[in-house]
Parts: sequence; structure tokens; C-alpha cells
Amino acid sequence: MTSGILLACGSLVSLTGALGGAALPRPWRVPVSATLIATACVVESVAAIDVLATGQTANWHSSQVLPLTGASLALTPLGAIFVVLVALVAVPAAIYWIGYAPHGMSARPTAGSFAVFITGLLIVPAAASVATFMFLWEMMALTSLALVLTDQGRREAARSAGVWYGVITHVGAAFILAAFLILAAHSGGQSFTALESHARALAPGVRATIFLLALVGFGSKAGVVPFHVWLPKAHPEAPSPVSALMSGAMVALGVYGIVLFGDVLLGGGPVWWWLIVLTLGAVSALFGSLHAANSTDLKKLLAYSTTDNIGLVLLALGASGLFSATGHARLGALSLVAALVLLVNHAMFKGALFLAAGSVQVATGTRDLDELGGLLRRMPQTGALFLVAAASICAMPPLNGFVGEWLLFQSLLHGVNLGNTAGDIAIPVAVAALALTAGLTIVAFVKATGVGFLGRPRSPGAEVALEVPLSMRMSTGLLVTMCVVAGVAPMVILPAVERAVRAALPGVGSAPLVHGVRLQLVSVRGVLAPTVLAVSLVVAVAVVVFARRALARRRVVRVTEVWGCGRELVTARMQYTATSFAEPVQRVFDDVLRPVRDIDVSHVAESRYVIESMSYRSHVNDQIENALYLPVIRAIRRWGQFARRLQPGSVHRYLAYGLVALVVTLVVVAVLG
Amino acid sequence: MNTLLHTMGVAGASGLQVVLTGAGGLVLLGLMRKVRARLEGRVGAPILQPLRDVRKLMRKERLRPEFATWIFPLAPVILVATVGVAAVMTPLVTSRPALSSGADLFVVVYLLLLGSTIIALAGLDAGTAFGGMGSSRALTIGALAEPALLVTILALSISAHSSNFPVIIRATIVDPGVIISPARLFALAALLIVIVAECGRLPVDNPATHLELTMIHEAMILEYAGPDLALVTLGEAMRLALLLGVFVNLIVPWGIASSTSIAAIVLGMVVLCAKVATVACALSFAEVFMAKLRLFRLPELLAGAFVLALLGVVSGVVAK
Repeated sequence: MTSGILLACGSLVSLTGALGGAALPRPWRVPVSATLIATACVVESVAAIDVLATGQTANWHSSQVLPLTGASLALTPLGAIFVVLVALVAVPAAIYWIGYAPHGMSARPTAGSFAVFITGLLIVPAAASVATFMFLWEMMALTSLALVLTDQGRREAARSAGVWYGVITHVGAAFILAAFLILAAHSGGQSFTALESHARALAPGVRATIFLLALVGFGSKAGVVPFHVWLPKAHPEAPSPVSALMSGAMVALGVYGIVLFGDVLLGGGPVWWWLIVLTLGAVSALFGSLHAANSTDLKKLLAYSTTDNIGLVLLALGASGLFSATGHARLGALSLVAALVLLVNHAMFKGALFLAAGSVQVATGTRDLDELGGLLRRMPQTGALFLVAAASICAMPPLNGFVGEWLLFQSLLHGVNLGNTAGDIAIPVAVAALALTAGLTIVAFVKATGVGFLGRPRSPGAEVALEVPLSMRMSTGLLVTMCVVAGVAPMVILPAVERAVRAALPGVGSAPLVHGVRLQLVSVRGVLAPTVLAVSLVVAVAVVVFARRALARRRVVRVTEVWGCGRELVTARMQYTATSFAEPVQRVFDDVLRPVRDIDVSHVAESRYVIESMSYRSHVNDQIENALYLPVIRAIRRWGQFARRLQPGSVHRYLAYGLVALVVTLVVVAVLG
Repeated sequence: MNTLLHTMGVAGASGLQVVLTGAGGLVLLGLMRKVRARLEGRVGAPILQPLRDVRKLMRKERLRPEFATWIFPLAPVILVATVGVAAVMTPLVTSRPALSSGADLFVVVYLLLLGSTIIALAGLDAGTAFGGMGSSRALTIGALAEPALLVTILALSISAHSSNFPVIIRATIVDPGVIISPARLFALAALLIVIVAECGRLPVDNPATHLELTMIHEAMILEYAGPDLALVTLGEAMRLALLLGVFVNLIVPWGIASSTSIAAIVLGMVVLCAKVATVACALSFAEVFMAKLRLFRLPELLAGAFVLALLGVVSGVVAK
């Protein structure tokens, strides 16, 4: 009950923050608003941690808040994990906002939307009825749309991104609503408990329809292929704290929706449901990582990498369902733990990466990797933070990404012999997809770090970049610290995740994963000692550094020129750019990416053997966007053009339409009447 | 008292494994060069030459390219440290080395991956064309080798129900029939191709090339000199020795020390050296008859390795 009150208080403070943000004069607006948001997040997390510690659901109901139905909230352990996840990103994002605000995020509508957006994110996982859920979901969707459109006055791209995001998110919401309505119609109530108790008795066809509708609806929010097209448009155009929240937290709520329907409301399903989820996950992971490796816009790269990471989460989720459906409940629980750990980790490192990318954009005025370079020396702290976050996303030990991928790999490893043919084929292929994704992620992030932060500056903007204000560095640092802590000591977060999984999959048993400093898998053989691994790595590094120093005769390091094949002049233009770095990958995956390459050669007038100038352009388009979305858009446009012919602007024609309509109506009435 | 002796034995054996991969790895390089030279009708450098080179480089002046950051001197350290930690926990000389309960093959692979990734990052640090070229190519090959590698681990761990390497080795000793099972044979074939790719041997990369444009690994580390170059060379040699050690212990696990007595450990060491030297000579012999593949033909080779690994998994599942 205490948790319930805390929950309500938290949302109230957050809403006050939003109003305060919109009302206060400029110098006070952002700091006050950010502080209130951070406080609200902390209060909410306390409520969530209380729920996770006791395992008891916190309830709150009010018939005054929403007309007709009333609002009801219930924070389950599963929802609590997501509340903590949102808070983990929202607190740093709010702190970051204080420093970032002068760069186009201090206007009243933006400040207000930001606070309402975070409120929505925090409370969605606690919604306990269809009306409450849809209301909060739309609140989150509309405010995030407003935030994506922050820069629409200055940039055409932001407006177009807003249209894409708005359409996809609302079509998705329609699918979710349809799933809820079908379920509610069969349950005779709209509270989640009512839905849950009736859902199991439904006909398989109805259950499958509900699941597929929910999968499409929430999948579009989660950025799963083929609904991912809004991510690489909206994430780069939104202000950076908003991108961090959209990518780290909002997308995770899409996954929450799939878990909510698949595991909680419908209580699991047949093998083929989960094979679809697993396939969607594998395809998203591969497609996302491949495009991330080929993007040159830093934030677009991060957006594609979100599709990649969510793909891995869905892969784990699909495996979890597959194991549960074939009678391996414990293994299913392990995969679900892996999915949630991957998701929490993703919130940490992707939040940090988006915030650091925002700092780069503020400092240099560009997001194009081909114009960056040498930033680690101009912005040492932001650069180092980006580097560690990138190492986390590449699953480098001993950071948090590694723990997540280890859990996923172990759960797949022990699921090779399910006794189900489709499953037995799916698991090795899933491992291969995981591996290729991991490799391509490394290409993408070595490229982002190496081209963006190392080497020489490629543009005047990168040459004069200055370190960003303290609040922006501190908030990024907060997230990076979480990455390190969750990697070195995953026992901090694992028990909470396990509690959530046990609540979502009742009847799994309660053998814990954590044994002192070791993670020991339940029912299968697998041990990881992340703390020991981290300590041994640190010791080994110290020993090698000491040995290098002890053996060297001279301590001074001499600065030299680089090797230029005998030439002395080596310029910044000779470096590999992001485009050239990704070229081998692009060539290997030519058939999937279909890059467009233009070479223009102009010859000197006197002789065609002497070339005057040459220009080369290469561009990778999203093939799914080209194949699925553009034909639909073209068809709608054609239909619109056709409809325009009905309206030539002549009053006579409009009068004629009126007359025809009247006559037709009269005839219909006469015939039917 | 007994536990103390046991702990000391375990620690000593693990320390020996690190020294063996370090010094032994460099000798292994010398041996492979010697075999190649003899087959080509040359006398070749002495087998201990790489060891002497590293000792000489260690004492030279440290150089730093003009635009390089702290990543540049840090990368070789991390490379050697990660391979070192992997060498501590991998069962090479003894089947129960230190930290062995966490010696998952997945962990070993990711430790090695950390080393190669930071070297690739350092390739971009100096801001030259060659460094970027090398690291872009090396990472592309690494990404394509990754599926074959992880599916190989999957195939190897089916019979032992665990990806823990000591567990796999012990299970193999108990039931040697596993070695000639199709699952293991396919997996080993895939593993060999992956080792060749990861260590930059022919036909993937030519470690002896002198032309910058054809280099992969050498281009990436072109700016290194002195003690830093010594560490890179040492790290790469250790990686080769470690991976070959893993490979031979999967084919012929016998001889590995299963107790901490000095006699068993010495025997384990001698047997391991003999096994690795045999495989290295065979590799070197094969390399004489091979030319480097074009970079864009490599996906086919690595896809072949992936198919072999997948066949390993399928036959492992079918056999059950």
C-alpha cells in the first residue's frame, strides 16, 4: 500500500514538474523542471524497488482521474523492472537537459512535453486497465512526437521524421487497441486481471489473432524490422536527451507490451508464435547491425543499432517462449532473464551513447562522422565516456553488454536439443545471427569511435570543438558508471530481474542465479564470475604496464611523424573515413544493402585520356523502406491525385455533386423504405 | 596444508601456461618460419629469432605518432593482458587451471576479441590511411568469422552439455569416442579455419608481406615501434599459441595434467609443446602451397567454415 501511495505521489510531482517547466521564466524553467523530473523518477524507483523486494503488487485506483472508466494502476514486479529501467535513463537525461537546453530545448512547449513524456514513460508499465494503458501510451506517443518536431521550423528533415514517426506510431497504437478490444470483448471487463483470467479459455484462433495484433503494434514501437523505419529518421532529429529516452526507454516499453501479452495476459502460446518472434528478432538484429555498420551519421548509426539490440532482445524472448512451449520452463525463464538483462543494459549504454553523441553535436555542429575526428583530444571526457559505452555495446568483458550476451548465449546453447524439429533448426541459426550481429556491432562502433574520436579532425568544426558543460558530462558519466557496475557486479541487478521473471512466468521455481561473486545457471551447467574476470584483467594490465616500464631503457616517449610511404606530407584527408571504413562490409553484403554508387568523370576538352575532375557518391538506402513503404506512399499519393480531379474549383460541378448525392439518397431510401 | 599445496600447484600450473604461451608462442613463430624457409630451400632465421627480436624491441625508445591519443600505448597492453588472462584459465597444461570454473569458451573468445578490437581501434588512432585500411579489413574478417566461431562452440558443447572448456576436456578424456564423432570432426575443421583467419595466417592474411596495400594485420599496427611493437608481437604470438593449444587439446586431450603433482605438470607441458609443434609444422607446411586469397573471396571461405560448424551442431543433435 505504501508503494501505491508513493507511485501516485511520484507521478504527481512529475506532472507538477511539467507544469512548472511550462510556466516558469526562462532562467528557472529547465533547472526546476529537471530537478522535479529527477525527484519523480527517484520516488517511482523507490516504489518499484519496494515491489521488487517484497514481490507484492502495488495497487492504486481512482475513479476521478479518467472519465467513464477511472484510472487504475498496479505495479507488478515485471512492470517495476521497466519503471526502474525508465528511471535509469530519465534521471541522467533530465540532468543532461540542464546543459543542453540552450541548444533548442528550452522553449515552453518543449519543456512541458519533455516532462509529460517522462511521466508517461514512468507510469505506462504500471497501467492495470485497458483505458489507463491506452491513455498513458498515447500521452507518451504524442509528447514524443511533439519533441521529435522540436526543430521542425529549422529543418525539413525533422518535419518529415515527425510524419513518419506519427503515422507508424499511430497505426501501431491502432493494432494494440484492436488486440485489447478483442481480448476485452471476450473477457467482459477491462482490468488486466479480468483479461488474464479469461484469456486462457479463448479459442486458439482468437488468441493467435490477439497475439499477432499485439506483436505488430508493440513491435512498431520497439523498432522491429519491418516497422523500424521511423527510428533512423526520428532518433537523429529529436534533441539528444529525447533520443536517449526514446531509444533507451520508450523502445523497451514496446518489448514490455510483447511480454505483457505473450507471457502475462495470454500466458504463453504455441511454438509457432515464438518462432515468429525469434525470426523477427534475428532479422532485426542482422538488419540493424548491418545498417549501423554502414551509417555515417552518428545518431542514425545509434538508431539502427537500437533495432539491432531490440532484435537480440526479441531473439531471447522468442527463445524463451519456444523453450516454455516445448516444456523446458527453467530454460525459458533463463532466456527471459537474458532478454530483460539485455534490455536494461541497452538502456544504460544506448542512453550514454546518445547523450555523448548529443555532446558531440553541440560541440562540433555536426553528426556526420566523415566530418569529425580527433575529438578524444578536444573533448577528453566525453570521448572516454563514449569509448567505454561503445565497448559495452560491443559486449566487451567486463562491461554489462558482455553479461547480457553471455546469458543469451548460454540459454541458446542449452536449448539445442528441444525435441522439436523447427526449434532444433532455429537455435543454431539464432546463435549464428547473434554472432554475426556481434561482429557487425563491433565494426559499427569501432568505426564510430575510431573515426569520430581518434585520428585528425576532418572539418573546422571538429578542429575547434570544446568540452561540453559539466551537467552533460556528468549525466553521461552516470550512465557509463552504471554500465561498468552492471558488468563487474551484475549481482546488483540480477536478483531483481529474476524476481520479475518469476512473477511473469509463475511455476518456474526459485533457484537463484547469483552465488556470491559467481553467476551459476539453474538446471544447466554454466558459470560466470564477472567480478573475478574484471579483477584479473585489471591485475594483468597492471603487470604488463609495469613490465613495459621496467624493461624500457628510456622513459621519455618521443613524438614522431607517421609513415607516409616516404612522403612527408600526410594530411587529414588521407585518413580512412566512416564510408571507406565500412566499404568492405558494404561489398560483402552488397545483395542486402544495394548501395547506390555514382561516379562522374569529366575529361579535359583536348583529350579524353586526361581527367579534369572526378566525383564519387555512394549512398545506402534502407531496402525495406524502398520495398514496403514507398509503394504504399506512392499508391496513396496517386489516389490523392485522382481524388483531386473531383475538385476542379467549379461551383457548378459542386452543385451537381450535391444534386446527384441527393437523388441517390432518395432512390436508396425509396428502394429500401 | 593440502589445500595450500593444491592452490599453489594450480597457481603454478596457470603461471606456467602464461609463460608457455608467451615464450612458447614466440618460439612457435620462429619454428613456423623455419619450416617454411626450409621448404622453400632457404636456411631461414634461427628458431629463437622472434624471441630475440622482442627482447631487442623491448629495450628501444618508445615512439608515439603525432596525433595519437592514450589509446595507442594502451592497446598493446590490453592485447597482452587479455590473452594472458585467457591463458591462465584455459586448460592447456593442466585440466584444472586457476579460474577454471569460469573458463567458458565464450569468455575465452570474448577476451581474445577484446584484444583484437582495441588493436583495430588503435589502428585508427594515428590518423593514417594504412591504419584505417588494416583495421577495417581485420574487423570485416573478424565479423564474418564470428558466426563460425560461436556455432563451433555450440557444436563442441553439445556432448558435454556445457561450454566450459575444462568440462569439455574432462568429458572427452572420459569418453574418447566423442573425438571421432561427426559433430566434433566438423567442429574442429571449422575451428581450424577460424584460427587461421583470427591469427592472420595464409590464405587469409600474409604475415610476411612487405607491401602496405596488401596488408591486413601488419597495416593496422604499422605505426607501432619499440616496446609497444614488442607487446603487439608478443600478444599475437600468444594468441596463436593459445588457439592452437585449444585446438590440439580438443583433438588429443591425453597427456594433460589432471593432478597438481610436479611430474604430471611437467609431462603435461612436454606433451602440449609436442602437440602444438606438430600442428604448427603441419600448418606451416600447408602454407607453402597456398597463396593469399583476395579479400572479397574470404567470405566464401568463412561461410564454408560456418557450414561445417552448423553440420557439427546438426550431427550432434541427430546423434543424441
